[in-house]
Amino acid sequence: MAEAANPKFLRPVVGPHIDTGHAITFGAERPLLLDGGRELSPVTIAYMTYGELDARKSNAVLVCHALTLDQFVASENPVTGKPGWWTTLIGPGKAIDTNRFFVICANVLGGCMGTSGPAEIDPSTGKPFGLTFPLVTIKDMVHTQAMLLDALGIEQLLCVIGGSMGGMQVLQWAASYPERVLSAIPMATGANHSAQNIAFHEVGRQAIMADPDWRGGAYQLENTNPSKGLAVARMAAHITYLSETALQRKFGRNLQNRNAISFGFGPDFQIESYLRHQGMTFVDRFDANSYLYITRAMDYFDLAADYGGALAEAFRGTKTRFCIVSFTSDWLFPTAENKRIAHALNAAAANVSFVEIATDRGHDAFLLDEPEMFATVRGFLNSVAGHHGVK
Amino acid sequence: MNSGLRPDLAAIAEAIPQGARVLDIGCGDGALLEHLAATKNVDGRGLELSQQNVNACVARGLSVVQGDADTDLGDYPAQIFDVAILSQTIQATYSPKTVLAQLLRIGKLTAVSFPNFGHWRIRLSLLANGRMPQTKTLGYSWHETPNIHLCTIADFVALTDEVGGVVQNALALRKDGHTQAMQAHSWGPNLMAEGAIFFLRSK
Repeated sequence: MAEAANPKFLRPVVGPHIDTGHAITFGAERPLLLDGGRELSPVTIAYMTYGELDARKSNAVLVCHALTLDQFVASENPVTGKPGWWTTLIGPGKAIDTNRFFVICANVLGGCMGTSGPAEIDPSTGKPFGLTFPLVTIKDMVHTQAMLLDALGIEQLLCVIGGSMGGMQVLQWAASYPERVLSAIPMATGANHSAQNIAFHEVGRQAIMADPDWRGGAYQLENTNPSKGLAVARMAAHITYLSETALQRKFGRNLQNRNAISFGFGPDFQIESYLRHQGMTFVDRFDANSYLYITRAMDYFDLAADYGGALAEAFRGTKTRFCIVSFTSDWLFPTAENKRIAHALNAAAANVSFVEIATDRGHDAFLLDEPEMFATVRGFLNSVAGHHGVK
Repeated sequence: MNSGLRPDLAAIAEAIPQGARVLDIGCGDGALLEHLAATKNVDGRGLELSQQNVNACVARGLSVVQGDADTDLGDYPAQIFDVAILSQTIQATYSPKTVLAQLLRIGKLTAVSFPNFGHWRIRLSLLANGRMPQTKTLGYSWHETPNIHLCTIADFVALTDEVGGVVQNALALRKDGHTQAMQAHSWGPNLMAEGAIFFLRSK
């Protein structure tokens, strides 16, 4: 393996013994023309599938993952050893029943779980890309997923589903490939990234770039890792995934393993200890440069901008059935932003449902045990599957 | 036809053509949409104020968005639905005039049902008691009723005219749940009908 031959170019997350599932590489014959104007070739897409594709190839469900997640949606993550990140929703007998549906999830372009990204070796130099990797967009991510489906011989998707950045991809899918998407479930998302969300991302990026171990993005060459900066980025971001109510309920002003405040800067409060833990464990499973690239892709996302500023135009004439899901305590992608998508779809005369789930668990609620969300997805998907004759 | 539907909904359902694109505003628990999907193969959509009702509808496979008839109808393009339905809801809207105008704009056919405040029992109740009438269908006291804009059949006919609508067909809703054709402009039904169902088109 290249890593073994060149130990100083170790990939930060995916070591030589990590199995990232299936992978497909598109060579020079199929270069990827990126939104930003540059070409990327070769392009590798790492992905996982669950369930069986039926003979008519009519039961495929594509899952689009959020910022720091990956293709291990319904099976153990090879890096963390933890269960798949959406096993609450997806699996045998679950709302997205893998006994009935063929579930596909690919690591996004720019990611660090086997798909082409800044941590991978640039074949033209033999060195890790680092910041020489081109900037990618949500549209580029979706484009690579479409290439993967082409390679798998899947013409139409019964459903595309995803939350947060995954929801952005779902919207992009519906806009770019309306004839390939029979139904779409964008959750906890928006048609663009708000100023507040860009601001939080910028804090994270600055934390990474301020870490001396970042080395201008070339840390792999110098065998360092900006783990402190990445941990701070994660800590700041993690707050935005929760809600004030949930934080107060879970932690309040409780002290961490002590009876009184210490008059120092150690983790006096449980919430501090919790955030430090979140930051520290994150750096073991995520690449700092990937974090820069993917957060940027989210910031750049503005679906309406590609259609003359009118979001409804992105969906003009669509036959896709939509089900939008938001969560009451999500302040990263609040209900109002999700509803804006529903309004645009109404204006495009699209077939749309919009459900708001009452929960105090914030943005992350879409990943958690929310029975009403499961009932929504199950009912919607059953109806779509029935309509299209999926057994 | 015994569909288990509320009588006004059953009468509206009967008038809807096969395969029509329908918007049910204030669709509640989705009973009408479900019935229409099963019997008329319609492309049905719902708009409903109560999030609980919306979630229940979607879990049953119906296409429903949470929204408010007073504010959200402006999103839809003109003449996009074959039928726009507003059942037992117009009296609870903030601006019935705007809502009715929007319905006529987005629906090729508009179906509206409402309780008739001109019914003789209501008139008599006000005359005899001098208090705001409460009936079986309008069982709220004046200060807590969601029905903030009650009207009579004659009022509704006048409003239809004002917003540029034409009555294509009108049905009187009797106490026993039966419906019968009525002359919307004559005084009889306004006195005798407990409720009314109107099918309107824009001029």
